[in-house]
Amino acid sequence: MTSQNITIISFGYFEKHFLEKIGEAVKQEFNYPVNIKESHIDLSEFFDPARRQYNGNKLLKTVDDISIPGSLKTIGLFSVDLFIPILTYIFGQAYLNGRSGIASRYRLSNESYGMPADEDLMLTRLIKEVVHELGHTFGLIHCHVPDCVMRSSAYVEDIDQKGHSLCIRCRSEFGAVQ
Amino acid sequence: MAKKITILIVDDEESVRDSLNNWFLEDGYQVECAENAKKALQLIESTHYDIILADIKMPGMDGLEMLRRIKALKKEAIVIVMTAFATVDTAVMALKDGAYDYVTKPFDPDDLSHLIRNATKQITLSQENEILKIKVGSLENIEDLIGNSEAMRKVLKQVESVAQSNSSVIITGESGTGKELIARAIHSNSSRKYYPLVSVHCGALSESLLESELFGHEKGAFTGAIYNRKGRFEMADSGTIFLDEIATISSKMQIELLRVLETKSFVRVGGNKEISSDFRVICATNRDLKSMVEQGIFREDLYYRLNVVNITVPPLRDRIEDISLLVDYFIKKYCTTMNKQMITIDEAALRRMEAHPFPGNIRELENMIERAIVIGNGKKITLKDLPFGKDMIDNSIESLDDFEKTFIRQILNKYSWNISRTAKALKVDRVTLYNKIRKYDLKPDE
Repeated sequence: MTSQNITIISFGYFEKHFLEKIGEAVKQEFNYPVNIKESHIDLSEFFDPARRQYNGNKLLKTVDDISIPGSLKTIGLFSVDLFIPILTYIFGQAYLNGRSGIASRYRLSNESYGMPADEDLMLTRLIKEVVHELGHTFGLIHCHVPDCVMRSSAYVEDIDQKGHSLCIRCRSEFGAVQ
Repeated sequence: MAKKITILIVDDEESVRDSLNNWFLEDGYQVECAENAKKALQLIESTHYDIILADIKMPGMDGLEMLRRIKALKKEAIVIVMTAFATVDTAVMALKDGAYDYVTKPFDPDDLSHLIRNATKQITLSQENEILKIKVGSLENIEDLIGNSEAMRKVLKQVESVAQSNSSVIITGESGTGKELIARAIHSNSSRKYYPLVSVHCGALSESLLESELFGHEKGAFTGAIYNRKGRFEMADSGTIFLDEIATISSKMQIELLRVLETKSFVRVGGNKEISSDFRVICATNRDLKSMVEQGIFREDLYYRLNVVNITVPPLRDRIEDISLLVDYFIKKYCTTMNKQMITIDEAALRRMEAHPFPGNIRELENMIERAIVIGNGKKITLKDLPFGKDMIDNSIESLDDFEKTFIRQILNKYSWNISRTAKALKVDRVTLYNKIRKYDLKPDE
């Protein structure tokens, strides 16, 4: 294994144990050391007043522009509502076969759907979303296996239904690009 | 591995192109982008795209004009138009001009996935449809019916001319002559070829079973009728129904069949609803229906209803020149299915086959070749691979006279009772042949 690592950057406040749990899951799934960092950017320039959401394309580009020595892949974590011009919302996105991805917990929390808060459930969802986006950066496309973390999720229920790991086929694809 | 679906995104906004590009790449599609209609049309002219996703509002040529031009270029192209300014008028216009669908930006991630999934399904269905059309077209081409003899050429000509009509056909011929194949050829060359050809072997079913098979039944119509079931006439809607061994049906079924043929409607067993079906009837029999009518066994009105066109398939002994073609065909067929190296047949074996009367016709010849390929040495079919040993000698022949009688009759039949040709083949003069015919009381209809 090379000395390269996967960097998780939190933008805004994330509980420490949250980030540690996400780091452990990422390390276990991709077998790379994980480096957790915190950063602050002015989100106002990413805000679209007409949509009252934050531009996911611009945020992804910003994360991609951050240069971190030794970082093979970088994932930025946000707490705001993300969109891209053609879609009403996104949970996250990444450059396929690229270096970076982003994920937001905004639409992963029960409160967004008028339900009582459930921190554990939200953490599980965020872990799945982070692993999913990182999977794309390793060249993995959406998978049709119901349990695979690379299965496409349009709704939060879709995230709940899938597992948090790669299926056998995606795992072997991931192995092939290593 | 399945071929990747290719998508062309046409939008003047870079952010839209990038977003869609990213999204579709993650879904495993192959994506290309164009920033205006002009560039898109250039790409479409040179490359095939399964799905074209185009914005309506673009500088220069707009999406609707581009849609019309794409459709003029490639009628089957699947174009989905997008706009941020939805009006009913533009949506209607786009759909009238042949757009597959119309979406308003921004859309829900699920809507986008559904849209592309449905379009993909449509593409797969169209492709399957094309493949099936080719398969159906090549399945029973008239040219595929083996035979170069005068008798067979006459049959093929009849098949060709009758196929385009909607008339009922009776195919007559001995068992094993390929009557069902002729029926398939008629169906496959008719305008009904994309609809089903439904075969019913009337001789294999009892009266009540045949009734339920042909007309279908309602749940509870009889013991064991636990579901509603469509009958063969219903299944053959827009297609053809092939009734094999029609001479075996009972007089009750003859009446019912006549009624269905006259009204093209029927009632399921145990039902009361009249069901209509548009089908063409082709029947087959190895019996002489005309004489059955004369004997009062087969209804005359049904006979005339069915017997609009009559095709008689000649027995194999009347088309000896086709034997070598059929042998070649079955050698290829069985060597391929048994995964064996292609073999040939030696001259002596072929000559012996040509002298055989083949009472079982093509079916007998086919079995003979299949057996020879199974038991043969894998290089050439020889006489010893063919079942012409002592077990093939007719047990009823006990004297030289019997043998002579049988042999002369066989050669007479082979030359369709042409006395000169038969005499020449037997190397006797015509008077001798006439004497033998008189002696053995041979008659053409024997």
